[in-house]
Amino acid sequence: MSQSAYLVVAAALFGLGAAGVLLRKNPLVMFMCLELMLNAVNLTFVSFSRSLNDVGGQVSVFFVLVVAAAEVVVGLGIIVAIVRRRRGASADDMSLLKG
Amino acid sequence: MLAAVIVERVVWAVAAMIILGGALGVIGSENPVHSALSLVATLFGVALMFVLQEAYFLAAIQVIVYAGAIVVLFVFVIMLLGVDRFEVLWGRERALWRRPLAVLAAVAITVLACVGMLATTTELTGAPSATARLDADNDVMVIGRSLFTDYVWAFEITGVLLTVAVVGAVVLSRRPTVSAIDWDEFPVDEVDGEDEFTIDEPQDAGDEPTEVAS
Repeated sequence: MSQSAYLVVAAALFGLGAAGVLLRKNPLVMFMCLELMLNAVNLTFVSFSRSLNDVGGQVSVFFVLVVAAAEVVVGLGIIVAIVRRRRGASADDMSLLKG
Repeated sequence: MLAAVIVERVVWAVAAMIILGGALGVIGSENPVHSALSLVATLFGVALMFVLQEAYFLAAIQVIVYAGAIVVLFVFVIMLLGVDRFEVLWGRERALWRRPLAVLAAVAITVLACVGMLATTTELTGAPSATARLDADNDVMVIGRSLFTDYVWAFEITGVLLTVAVVGAVVLSRRPTVSAIDWDEFPVDEVDGEDEFTIDEPQDAGDEPTEVAS
């Protein structure tokens, strides 16, 4: 199976994640769509790593995983802090940088 | 050999359907819990594609870290904040042009990514990597060797990053301290009630001795 089949799936996944971030208003779901985009990039890394026969792509996926975990932890902490302050906060309510 | 190719194609098709169906589920579910479950499906599909590309270590890490830790964290936060608040998915938008533009942007991103990645599909030099060949050993050995020699600085920094993230999450999600409470929120009646309560107690105490006396 050629590498391009995996790349097409990764591109479609990235596009769907981008659509979710742009369309949805719930900050939690927007975060999940960010995860979709990160996974698409990971899939690309792995398929290029295999076709170029270089381990660098797989090591990059490892680091992306770790950074994604840290990002989710901090982002969910921010969401919890915001929602605790004002109930029912959607992405539209957070558009102003005032308290 | 032919059977192996057919098996790979079938597994690829199943994984692609799981991935894209899960992604559609994440975007289209009104309930955030359903979105989280669809996210699990997508992550498993990606792990399947990792296995298909002989990245076994990353497939295991994908399932353990993503499905085991990150999605659980999502579900925890959904439960913490309450699942009763649904967002109106397909209701009227404040700006009508926003949604078609978002879909257009997503399609454009997909097409651009397809074109960009497929254009680079042709092998650059045709020669395998000189220093870090993937097929030199099994993938755990190769990744481990690369991680603890070439990328050891990044690996150590990763540990610092995780510590900072944990401390930051604790600080962010801590309840506000007493001094941060807005005392204007509390009505004055409660203070009055407290005073009456302190007055009531001696009255009760006073009633009892009279009964005993009579």
